Amino acid sequence: MKCYVGIDLGSTTTKAVIVDENGQTMGHGITNSRSNYDTASRVAQMEATISTRLTLFRQALDSIEELQGNITELLEDLERYFRLELFLEQLDDLHKTSLKSARDLSVFSGGEDLTEALEEIFKQLSSTLELLFAPGAKRKSDFFRDLAGSAYMQVGESVARQLGLSFDTLLNIYDKSIIEVENRPPADNLDDKFIRALDRVLKQSGLSEEMVRKQIQSALDEEIDASYIVGTGYGRVRLPFPKEHIRSEILCHGLGAHLMYPGTRTVLDIGGQDTKGIQVDENGIVANFQMNDRCAAGCGRYLGYIADEMNMGLHELGPMAMKSTRSVRINSTCTVFAGAELRDRLALGEKREDIVAGLHRAIILRAMSIISRSGGVSDEFTFTGGVAKNEAAVKELRKLVVENYGDVTINIDPESIYTGALGAAEFARRAGTENTTPTERLQ
Amino acid sequence: MNTEVIKEASMVMQKEMITRNYDALTSTEESGRKIASTFVPGNLNELIMSFGMLNNLPEINAIQNGMRKKSGPMIMDAERQGHSEDVCTYVKADIGQMSKGNIAPNGKPMPSPDLLLLSYTGCFTFMKWFELLRHEYGCETVMLHVPYTGDGVVTDNMRDYVVKQLKEDVIPALERVSGVKFDIDRLRENLRRSAAAEDNLVWVLESGKNVRSPIDAYFGGVYYLGPIFTAFRGTQEAVDYYRVLRGEIEKRIEQNLGPITPEGDMPEEKYRLVVEGPPNWTNFREFWKMFYDEGAVVVASTYTKVGGVYDLGFRHDPDNPIETMADYCLGCYTNRNLPTRVDMLANYVEEYQADGLLTNSIKSCNSFSAGQLMMMQEVEKRTGKPAAFIETDLVDPRYFSAANVKNRLESYFQMIEQKRAQSRVA
Repeated sequence: MKCYVGIDLGSTTTKAVIVDENGQTMGHGITNSRSNYDTASRVAQMEATISTRLTLFRQALDSIEELQGNITELLEDLERYFRLELFLEQLDDLHKTSLKSARDLSVFSGGEDLTEALEEIFKQLSSTLELLFAPGAKRKSDFFRDLAGSAYMQVGESVARQLGLSFDTLLNIYDKSIIEVENRPPADNLDDKFIRALDRVLKQSGLSEEMVRKQIQSALDEEIDASYIVGTGYGRVRLPFPKEHIRSEILCHGLGAHLMYPGTRTVLDIGGQDTKGIQVDENGIVANFQMNDRCAAGCGRYLGYIADEMNMGLHELGPMAMKSTRSVRINSTCTVFAGAELRDRLALGEKREDIVAGLHRAIILRAMSIISRSGGVSDEFTFTGGVAKNEAAVKELRKLVVENYGDVTINIDPESIYTGALGAAEFARRAGTENTTPTERLQ
Repeated sequence: MNTEVIKEASMVMQKEMITRNYDALTSTEESGRKIASTFVPGNLNELIMSFGMLNNLPEINAIQNGMRKKSGPMIMDAERQGHSEDVCTYVKADIGQMSKGNIAPNGKPMPSPDLLLLSYTGCFTFMKWFELLRHEYGCETVMLHVPYTGDGVVTDNMRDYVVKQLKEDVIPALERVSGVKFDIDRLRENLRRSAAAEDNLVWVLESGKNVRSPIDAYFGGVYYLGPIFTAFRGTQEAVDYYRVLRGEIEKRIEQNLGPITPEGDMPEEKYRLVVEGPPNWTNFREFWKMFYDEGAVVVASTYTKVGGVYDLGFRHDPDNPIETMADYCLGCYTNRNLPTRVDMLANYVEEYQADGLLTNSIKSCNSFSAGQLMMMQEVEKRTGKPAAFIETDLVDPRYFSAANVKNRLESYFQMIEQKRAQSRVA
């Protein structure tokens, strides 16, 4: 199958989208951007390939009548076990890398032998972490670093205590090793992992083994041929692509939003370190744009910083703000000052949820200023980026749009984080397919 | 980035002129010549020279210091003295230069001016700046109040008002300070030379109308303006310079060459832009590279008109020496109202067959950043060509965010591509 890939290298996360020859989205993937954009883009592309495989599995299984009603569950199980395979492979890599790091470290630290401690930690880790992939289990994050890291902290601390070792040393080993592991390009043998995962699924289910295997195998035999890749986002110049494979994220976001909602005329994207107001025409072509300049206040990182200051998770901020009964006015949109203002308000006895609601309003006010400088809000208005997932931010945005521009259709796609990558994939498709009309092949 | 810069004869000539001028300024103790400090827009160089005086331009010093990476510490110095972060960075670089021993860009101490000649042409900061300088130097100060052309026209009343001040205030002050009696014939000679240089300057700037422009009218343009905006308007050196420059550009057109950049001839012209706003000086080459690497040529700019708008027909007129100086001051780009600026920009986009308008708005310039977004939107509406807005600063290196600027420029260039493709289809 010929397909086209768009990769959006953001400051926080890297996203990839795969579309087929008709522009149909086949899969998407996301990973943390790390300090290594090359690896991040390979991981994101791998994730999108996995997601495409799952789409192909579904298409293959859909044709079997007796499986109807069981397909979703079957695929969920398959993905879960597949993720477990992938996870265990990385955990094994972390295990080996840690032993090596420990040996390197002992040369300098006078020979304390940490092998025993590490063996114990990883033994416990693989059994604890396997549970995260049990049916119905909830994972706090999908990124290896987050899952392995928090478990290592817990297990490591108790092991250090038992063996009378320094926890700090174990922590050092982890810090050093995780960077190496994370920056190693992912292994390629996805098919084997799918087959091993399928073995596990079929062992438990009462489904016809032969039939399912045949369909899954035929879907695996379908080659996913990424014939053209377009990169966008802040890290785009780091992509190992020729220049014509790189597009500005403004254009990609404009086109992506147009594909999600063809009626879009104004796009607001709030990402990790920039906020963009974009005006597009009826073909998704950018007519005007504005971005934040030399200051990332009013961007996603602002909320990240506040979450850190309050010792909370980023995803907990929105729900907390929703509980607010009165919004506290926060005057500063400077990220660092906001931290000071936050502590000041707490000292004055304001409620946390009210302050957090005020902070959400501050970020949206900043975004409204950028939109107005790009030409205002026209119907329809599409909100994208990581912050579009935050319900408190969305609530403030709706309020301000109605106040300033009246009744406007506001579109928010649950997958809006992939908007830029989708636009990039469409640019790739247009560049790579010959049977496009001149209007489609605008570049 | 290449460190070896490609230079043409005119560039070498200009460099020598600037060096000679700084040497003349820093050796007045021996020569006994007097110095007038004045600003670029509305500068009365022909008149100052007719008294045998030298002309020192503080914002040119700030630019020189900016390009030589010296302005950052000077600005910090001024901030330590209590000037806020939002104050014009030309002012702060100048104040900082003074507090660092007032060393001229040639490394020698700059003597105090004998006269502060404030030609007030649209920038309200100029007045405050000279107030600070007067406080510092305690020398004679004279202000030429040039009325703002708020209605877009120069009336007889306005001209008379400026002429009256020239006769009653400015010329007597120059006589007092220089000890030389006003000689109108000497002034006429200077003005005649100005007009000759101006003819060639306009020819050079309008060569940007060629599709495959032989010049970059912004980054290259600031070099072309050097002599006429500063201490050389009215000199034979400037006449010679513009003759040589014109010859060079004529040759480029014959050979179908694009603009010359620090890295040599530009291989292709992919985008033709009109630019509003001054360039950033601290990262000048890096900024320019963002354009020429992408094949973007600036075919016309308004910054090249702040020291005088000659392409709309004005020339210094030796037959009406005082009136022509009044007309010159009234017509500077900085003294023109927003609708006139919009007209100029929209006409440039059309006449120079540009792909669109780019505004480089200056973070610390409160005088001219006001209204720029509105102007841009109006030009966009009138021409139907895409526009973009970037923000940098004059000489404060802290305000140049390369990644952001580059990101916006690349987005803009790709936007132009898309628009073009769209209109090809339609």
